[in-house]
Amino acid sequence: MQFNGRAHKFGDDVNTDYIISGKYKFKTLDMKKLAKHVMEDLDPHFYEKVAAGDFIVAGTNFGCGSSREQAPLAIKYAGVGAVLAKSFARIFYRNAINTGLPVVECDTDQLEQGDELYVDLTAGVITNRTKGITIPAKPLPTVMIKILNDGGLAPHFKKHGGFNL
Amino acid sequence: MPMTITEKILAAHAGKDQVVPGELINAKIDLALGNDITAPVAIREFNKIGAEDIFDRERIALVPDHFTPNKDIQSAEQAKIIRNFACKHKIVNYFDVGRMGIEHCLLPEQGLVGPGDLVIGADSHTCTYGALGAFSTGMGSTDIAAAMALGETWLKVPESIKFVFEGELKPWVSGKDLILRIIGDIGVDGALYRAMEFTGSTIENLSIDGRFTMCNMAIEAGAKNGIIPPDEITRAYVERRCRRPFKFYHSDPDAKYAQVYRYDATEIEPQVAFPHMPENSRPVSEAGYVEIDQSVIGSCTNGRIEDLRVAAKVLKGKQVHKNVRLIILPGTQDIYLQALKEGLIEVFIKAGAAVSTPTCGPCLGGHMGILASGERCIATTNRNFVGRMGHLESEIYLSNPAVAAASSIRGRIVGPWEVE
Repeated sequence: MQFNGRAHKFGDDVNTDYIISGKYKFKTLDMKKLAKHVMEDLDPHFYEKVAAGDFIVAGTNFGCGSSREQAPLAIKYAGVGAVLAKSFARIFYRNAINTGLPVVECDTDQLEQGDELYVDLTAGVITNRTKGITIPAKPLPTVMIKILNDGGLAPHFKKHGGFNL
Repeated sequence: MPMTITEKILAAHAGKDQVVPGELINAKIDLALGNDITAPVAIREFNKIGAEDIFDRERIALVPDHFTPNKDIQSAEQAKIIRNFACKHKIVNYFDVGRMGIEHCLLPEQGLVGPGDLVIGADSHTCTYGALGAFSTGMGSTDIAAAMALGETWLKVPESIKFVFEGELKPWVSGKDLILRIIGDIGVDGALYRAMEFTGSTIENLSIDGRFTMCNMAIEAGAKNGIIPPDEITRAYVERRCRRPFKFYHSDPDAKYAQVYRYDATEIEPQVAFPHMPENSRPVSEAGYVEIDQSVIGSCTNGRIEDLRVAAKVLKGKQVHKNVRLIILPGTQDIYLQALKEGLIEVFIKAGAAVSTPTCGPCLGGHMGILASGERCIATTNRNFVGRMGHLESEIYLSNPAVAAASSIRGRIVGPWEVE
């Protein structure tokens, strides 16, 4: 899996209420509608700014808080190609893989707002084309690669008739 | 090889003699849980994967508690999806308005979780049941969908961190203060991916309600689960409730821990977590002058009978400050009824508090007490993130029920001794 896009930089401890505020979560199962509100409390114009395949780049503990899958889904439906962070909250990490949103653990200090990135998940390398440097990505657990390759847990399940990890 | 209680429960459910941290296992689950926010997504995924039936109609619990009684048409539609699914699959443990409660207060009370269980729930505070010596953890809706179909899930065995508390607690200090103190020390990702095991003489003497509060907030330190060794206090709680046989597991004396933290519990004061992170905790005596507009006592963290008793003890014969709205939400119908029998509800109403049917409502900014811009709320809930209870420019301070009650009387954040 390879992605090209620009970095949209955020800080540490971006919680699920920031990703998609609790007030929207009950309202709909339509993720395209939810996606319009993604990250809006941190950046009211994020949805308009983000182009298909762009990256959310953050610090430590991205996605802490609630277990609601609306968080990774809203990011995915906003067109984000992958989330790059120093570390992830565990429920968010699992939900992201289950819903088919690639998440990459790496040192994000050398990635800045607007940087052009090329992310090769298979090779585990992030290339910052703006700065001309490469950063290694922590490899995903094999279980998660299998789920991600099938497009998420539901397609994985349907394909194999159960877990095939 | 020696194992921790968490490792033993996971091994037993994976059909193994032994597991080690980092190992991936397929484990059988004893119960899967969903609520009115997460279950509709789980049901959609359940249908998407082409599952025909649920694995066991007695081992799925559906509790519409977040936006119920239905807040508006949209939340009513969400709740209807769960009701129809429960009806179609004859799910035994579906709890509708009038019989429901906040999920993490309700399930233990109804005997649906017990010591030694492996429980997963599509709610981050599913870690609450560790208080009974169970392994329980929050997951997303898709994981719950798969679990509803198969009765199993995959898990990575976590490393454990041990927290040892010794000594007698000061007056008005509770499980809430111990966990806020820990989160203050280790931070909101201090236990990321790990199990938090709470032990020591203080924990051995801690009430079951205090234990629920501690394990409930393990997720606020990023933990996979919180867990307390089961003992006679646990037995007294589960003996007449548990609907299934239960088993006590204990960590081996030489089990391996990633870290061990030791506390002198006699020195710990009631804590207040300042905006906007649970890790911003400090002793209430160092809170300074913080005026409040609202106080909320309830939630899956502190909506149990002991919490209401403490609040009533503080509020008895007193009046809520004229500038403060005090909202009290008993965690379940049984807790509500018990509070009524004990005269607690009368104390609350006479003091000028609003008492509500069980709901998660205000904790997540859903309904029943949303904050306007610039407003401050002290709450016995679990998260004080920006905008969590309403406007982005509102503030939440987390505390135990005694501090929340005392603050509602004084109109600013104070310890309960200041209103005695």
